[in-house]
Amino acid sequence: MKPSAPAQIPALEIDRVGHRYGARVALRDVSLTVRQSSFTVLLGLNGAGKSTLFSLITRLYAISSGKIRIFGHDVAKEPGAALSKLGVVFQSRALDIDISVRQNLMYHAALHGIASKRANELIAQVLDRVAMTDRSRDRVGNLSIGQMRRIEIARALLHQPRLLLLDEPTVGLDIKARADILDHVRRLSEMEGIGVLWATHLIDEAGAGDDVAVLHKGSVLAHGTVGDVIVKSGGGDLRDAFNRLTGVADQDELEAVR
Amino acid sequence: MTAISDTTERHGFSLAQYLICLTGIVWREALRFIHQRERFISALVRPLVWLFIFAAGFRQVLGVSIIPPYETYVLYEVYIAPGLVAMIQLFNGMQSSLTMVYDRETGGMRTLLVSPFPRWWLLTSKLLAGTLVSILQAYVFLLIAWFWDIEAPAIGYLAVAPALLLSGFMLGALGMLISSLIKQLENFAGVMNFVIFPMFFASSALYPLWRVKESSPLLYYVCELNPFTHATELIRFALYGQVAWISLTVVLGCTAAFLFGAILAYDPARGFLARRNGG
Repeated sequence: MKPSAPAQIPALEIDRVGHRYGARVALRDVSLTVRQSSFTVLLGLNGAGKSTLFSLITRLYAISSGKIRIFGHDVAKEPGAALSKLGVVFQSRALDIDISVRQNLMYHAALHGIASKRANELIAQVLDRVAMTDRSRDRVGNLSIGQMRRIEIARALLHQPRLLLLDEPTVGLDIKARADILDHVRRLSEMEGIGVLWATHLIDEAGAGDDVAVLHKGSVLAHGTVGDVIVKSGGGDLRDAFNRLTGVADQDELEAVR
Repeated sequence: MTAISDTTERHGFSLAQYLICLTGIVWREALRFIHQRERFISALVRPLVWLFIFAAGFRQVLGVSIIPPYETYVLYEVYIAPGLVAMIQLFNGMQSSLTMVYDRETGGMRTLLVSPFPRWWLLTSKLLAGTLVSILQAYVFLLIAWFWDIEAPAIGYLAVAPALLLSGFMLGALGMLISSLIKQLENFAGVMNFVIFPMFFASSALYPLWRVKESSPLLYYVCELNPFTHATELIRFALYGQVAWISLTVVLGCTAAFLFGAILAYDPARGFLARRNGG
């Protein structure tokens, strides 16, 4: 099931992770791997457990069962080493709208212990990458949602992480901005060798060459290349495969109840 | 890219990097503060209303006898000034806690907590940032009060700085601890009712405790146990160049306890964060 890359440590390795909120089980025995330089789409409907998984990877919640490793560093045991390799774009806005783009990025650099001289160079690089150099002195509140998303991505890339997590990064964007961001992150992953975990409920955001993990009601139903997942599920395309997988899971659940 | 290898094989941070992180957090708080002038003004108006209106009205009703650190009879407004300074810090501490709840609902808190620095350092830095803002507010208030003829000895204005740092830390840490316990912003009204008002009124901020003792010995003990009383007394004595040793000890102890509690609460392994529902 796991995409094999024997010579390389995976960028992200989630190993039989479970999580519950009181009696409600949010994640059940979740395992998935993001290979280095790969673009992995975490596909799931709202409430599938994507945000919970992100909270566990980013150490907002403690991991109660299973293990999460970022480039081999256990998030629970070596949080500093693990988190320094990780960049995150959260679903909710993380930028301070009252201050400028540049000031936001300086703050982020400080949170990673990057001195201002180096931070200036890095800010120039990331703004260039997201084509926002000319907006660096603008107040974040004056940007469009699409531009803010690009700055969020720039912010997440500032400390040069090797793994980038994005939680529903295209929410609220129009079709063009959505395509731009997707295209952009995909290129980043290819060109700079960043492992990407892209969480979404939009099936068409997964491309033919991507890895995909289907998360449904807290369980991973399928994980592999898009081609593999389609073949294994016996569907015609990914949408079909997704419907079959989640449909089967719901059917099983219904029968278990009966 | 060669630049990648510079940063990826880094484990642990140098002392200089810890300071960069601290400075960054303080600097952001300062920027925020500059951009939210209404917050600053309203934080200042509150104690000034007490000073100009409440104290003026009660001047005739409440005489204050000679009690340390005062060497003469003092006017009522002179008596309550240190309590109002402490009130500024109390509100500031609770305000920061409100900001933290708000930040948690947006992504600001997550951005902070996903930093690879140890969490105790991040929280302490945030606390220091909030405290520095409250100290600035306190000094502006003292300056206005000085024009209102509430004058402390010159040395007092210097000596009060470390007292303000401590009391600001204690009240900020309390706010932080409370922020970990509130689920939603709406509950902040509850904080007003159940934390700010009781702490402020059951303290030595508005009336000397010997007067309280005359009317209710029980309330007197409550006031004595209230950490806010000790923050107020620490500030009052410092403003007159003296050290209130008992208050200093209590404030130090409470700061340690609240800070420890807040760090535990924000520690993912033990904290309350995970008990909240996620998506």
